[in-house]
Amino acid sequence: MSVQAAQRQGAEAPGAQPRHPPRLRAVVLALLRKELLVELRTLESVPGMALFSLSTFVVFHFALNRNSVQGDLAAGILLVTLLFAGMLGINRLFVADEEQGGFDALLLAPVDRSAMLIAKVCALGIYLVVLEIVAVPAFALLLLGSSLANALPDLIGVLALVDLGLAVIGTFVAALAVRTRARDLIGPLIALPLLVPIAIGGSRACSPLLSSGHHGGVGGAPGLRWLLLIGLYDLVFGLIAYAVFDFLLED
Amino acid sequence: MSTSSRQPAGSTEMRRRRDERSRQPDRRQTLYGGSLRTLAIATVVMIGLALGLAFFYAPEEATEGFLQRIFYLHVPLAIVCLAGFVAAGAMAIMHLRTRDPRWDLRSYVAIHMSLIFGIGVLICGSIWAKGSWGHWWVWSEPTLVSFLIIILLYATYQPLRFSIEDPERQARYASVFAITAGAFVPLNFIAVRLSTAYLHPRVLGSSKLPGPMAFTFLISLIAFALLYITLWRFEMTAKHARWQLKALRRKLSGEEIPARRRSAEPELGASSGSSSAPLGEPALTTPMIGRQAP
Repeated sequence: MSVQAAQRQGAEAPGAQPRHPPRLRAVVLALLRKELLVELRTLESVPGMALFSLSTFVVFHFALNRNSVQGDLAAGILLVTLLFAGMLGINRLFVADEEQGGFDALLLAPVDRSAMLIAKVCALGIYLVVLEIVAVPAFALLLLGSSLANALPDLIGVLALVDLGLAVIGTFVAALAVRTRARDLIGPLIALPLLVPIAIGGSRACSPLLSSGHHGGVGGAPGLRWLLLIGLYDLVFGLIAYAVFDFLLED
Repeated sequence: MSTSSRQPAGSTEMRRRRDERSRQPDRRQTLYGGSLRTLAIATVVMIGLALGLAFFYAPEEATEGFLQRIFYLHVPLAIVCLAGFVAAGAMAIMHLRTRDPRWDLRSYVAIHMSLIFGIGVLICGSIWAKGSWGHWWVWSEPTLVSFLIIILLYATYQPLRFSIEDPERQARYASVFAITAGAFVPLNFIAVRLSTAYLHPRVLGSSKLPGPMAFTFLISLIAFALLYITLWRFEMTAKHARWQLKALRRKLSGEEIPARRRSAEPELGASSGSSSAPLGEPALTTPMIGRQAP
């Protein structure tokens, strides 16, 4: 089921040969549609990630013995929870393609292989956004001491950059780890050190937003340099992943 | 069409060249470590010189006193280690470009050596931190933390290799990892350095070292770079000797090529040699593997 769309692409190939190969955007959209369709039908990743984040908040509440958190601590808890919940999605990202022949279907199709990277990054990004739609309000409700309303626009901006980095690095690492024997182990082991700069930038940028003295606007705005750091890191890693991704799909 | 007709010509050409080489056994050819002795002697001399300078020539530092002399061990070791990681990334790029398994082996050995150097850096850095700051580990210290993150990342290199069975794919994935991690090294330093206030002595930054110190530092940097290169070549030589021995033994006993055992080590004969060579003479391919790429 997971490879139907991709196989359709492959099946079209002989007939489409006289025409020029399909454009990258069309391929990416087809692959993204397949990803989302599979996720909608199997509900394999996103509900698990959301549930995991809720249980993590509960665990943090008991482990820290706090009823409410603020500032640095709040930013850290939010970031770590999102990171680990994201890791669940990263581990599952390519498993269906590996087990049910999605890789082969893509290789048979006369399309650019980078399309798969872009589609998977988009898919993982969408999962993360859905996760945050659940996790951030839950966090505000369960643990956060200060009000979220003022900080929300800035927080959305920071989390968008974090999501982008998480999606790029996560997709790359997932592709690297999925064909190893111990993929559930190798994936997080490689991903966590690579995500440390994202964690640094994200938590530092979130920390003033989640403290009680924050009233929105420029006063408590996330340090521009942290946003710049995450953005730059996202960009560089996006380019690296784009450059080396083809070599992961070669056989 | 044209490629298939050129194929046999290419393979006979290769075989002819191989026969030529095997007829004139040269020690440098067979054991790769031709200049290893010279290199080793130069390394010993330089290390001795560096230690002598560090202990007797360099002036005592005003605030930290004798302990500061660990600087001549710690900093060169760290610089050489990081340079080794970056070089391993460059070798991995060459591997993906040329698909030559020798580049994979070079990258593998370079990462291996850098990891060992890196653990040395962490240990002597901890000693220095304990001596001058009073703690074995200081989180507010960006250079320390980023170094630890890099070592943690590279520590997954061998498990990654080990858990991929197919040697060709193992080499390819390892190269992808080495390139990414090599690019991560400078990025990570920038990121972590931004995150905390400066505390680590900025030896190569704004503050200028006095002449004798700078000279001693330079000599020990060269000494440790030489040590790295010597160890790197030594391990390459050892691996080649082992493979050669294995190939010879296989040839003598006339057995079929045994199944490859699970290993994180790159195997040279597996992807390039044995597929093109007839089954009877795999030993002929291994001796030439150690030669420098043209």
